[in-house]
Amino acid sequence: MLPSLSHAEILRYSRHLLIPEVGLAGQQKLKAASVLVIGTGGLGSPVALYLAAAGVGRIGLVDYDVVDTSNLQRQVIHGTSGLGVLKVESARQRMLDLNPDIQVEVYNEPFTSANAMRIAQDYDILIDGTDNFPTRYLVNDVCVLLGKANVYGSIFRFDGQVSVFDARRGPCYRCLFPEPPPPGLVPSCAEGGVLGVLPGTIGTLQATEALKLILGIGEPLIGKLLLFNALDMSFDFVNLRKHPRCRVCGPEPEVTELIDYEAFCGVPGHDHEEGSVGGGYDIEAAALAERLKQGNFIRLLDVREPHELQISQLENATLIPLGQLAARLSELDTAEEIVVFCKAGTRSARALELMVSAGFRKIKNLKGGINAWARQVDPSQPIY
Amino acid sequence: MPTLRIPTPLRPYAAGQSEINVQGSTVAEALDELVHSYPALRQHLFSEDGDLRAFVNLYINDEDIRHLQGIQTPIGEGDRLLLIPSIAGG
Repeated sequence: MLPSLSHAEILRYSRHLLIPEVGLAGQQKLKAASVLVIGTGGLGSPVALYLAAAGVGRIGLVDYDVVDTSNLQRQVIHGTSGLGVLKVESARQRMLDLNPDIQVEVYNEPFTSANAMRIAQDYDILIDGTDNFPTRYLVNDVCVLLGKANVYGSIFRFDGQVSVFDARRGPCYRCLFPEPPPPGLVPSCAEGGVLGVLPGTIGTLQATEALKLILGIGEPLIGKLLLFNALDMSFDFVNLRKHPRCRVCGPEPEVTELIDYEAFCGVPGHDHEEGSVGGGYDIEAAALAERLKQGNFIRLLDVREPHELQISQLENATLIPLGQLAARLSELDTAEEIVVFCKAGTRSARALELMVSAGFRKIKNLKGGINAWARQVDPSQPIY
Repeated sequence: MPTLRIPTPLRPYAAGQSEINVQGSTVAEALDELVHSYPALRQHLFSEDGDLRAFVNLYINDEDIRHLQGIQTPIGEGDRLLLIPSIAGG
């Protein structure tokens, strides 16, 4: 029995009711539906806004972060007045303002193997708007194990991908990507950046797919992957097939319960920069400033990209972008004391690892990167 | 001549290009020539033993080469090779 619509709801959804493919029965299906949106960032913003506007009756939001200034270039569900507020709360307020007739349930916690089944079991569809590999594999496995559809979207700089993974009717995320890339090979958005409108494009496509699944109309992207590039304005589609030996949805699955996804991917389940490497290799910005002031010669090695010098710089630093470092190690002297830095410490940690394995011993990582320098030593430099 | 689309994450290793004309009559020959012209791409596509890395998805037109003849799949004029990157941003 589908829920009925009030007169106010009929007026609100009149543009839907006029479409024969939706109609009154379709709108009732939307009202009866439940969707869990994992991540209320770049992708989650348009997904949550459009699902709320469309009248999806129950929408769950999972996120553990608070709204930060650097989010607002793309996370349009949040606003300047919400800085410092929990993302799930900020998003809920905006959604209920847009549509008070829906229910918004919030989970202010990271989505992990410990809570994922409990949170996900009460929803019809999951939408993957996460920002890291471990959580993407987790969302996939939850959907396969619970028999739910996973509306997938992913972005980087100008590239986006969209698909619907539903192991009951087609391949899953692991069929396409049986294993994650090695840690450090694929930069995250915090390191590599993303065009602000790109998650808008990809997130609205995810919302479209979710609505189609609920309404049972059209051709969902099951067994197909959409590849979008904003610079070329290209939309390419490729066919996906079930992997005959998929570890989670294949005929003899090895993964029959949730695993440790951070260990599986070798990276943390979030896109925050760690900034430190540990093992005695870190140097604080203030300590570095003190040593330089004492007149010690220290080679400052900047492993950022050349365009980042326009934002902030350390005096007399040598620039070798991380991607070129392996080929240009001969330009550096193992006898010199070296401090490696980047924006916030993630790329420099990788550079340090590379250099230590190449025999560099007198080497440190500037903890927290040039942003920490700007905070602790030189406030005339901006933080980005 | 077949073309190969380079996804954003790999463009820095291919002189910033988005699409490259490739030569060869099979995928293997085209990739050989590609990493010869752009050596920095090699570590992103091949393991140390020279096999295509497991997380690299290569499509000809809209089909996965794993469902064709793998890297021995013949290619010809007008074929479009797509490299599908693992990206995780959200």
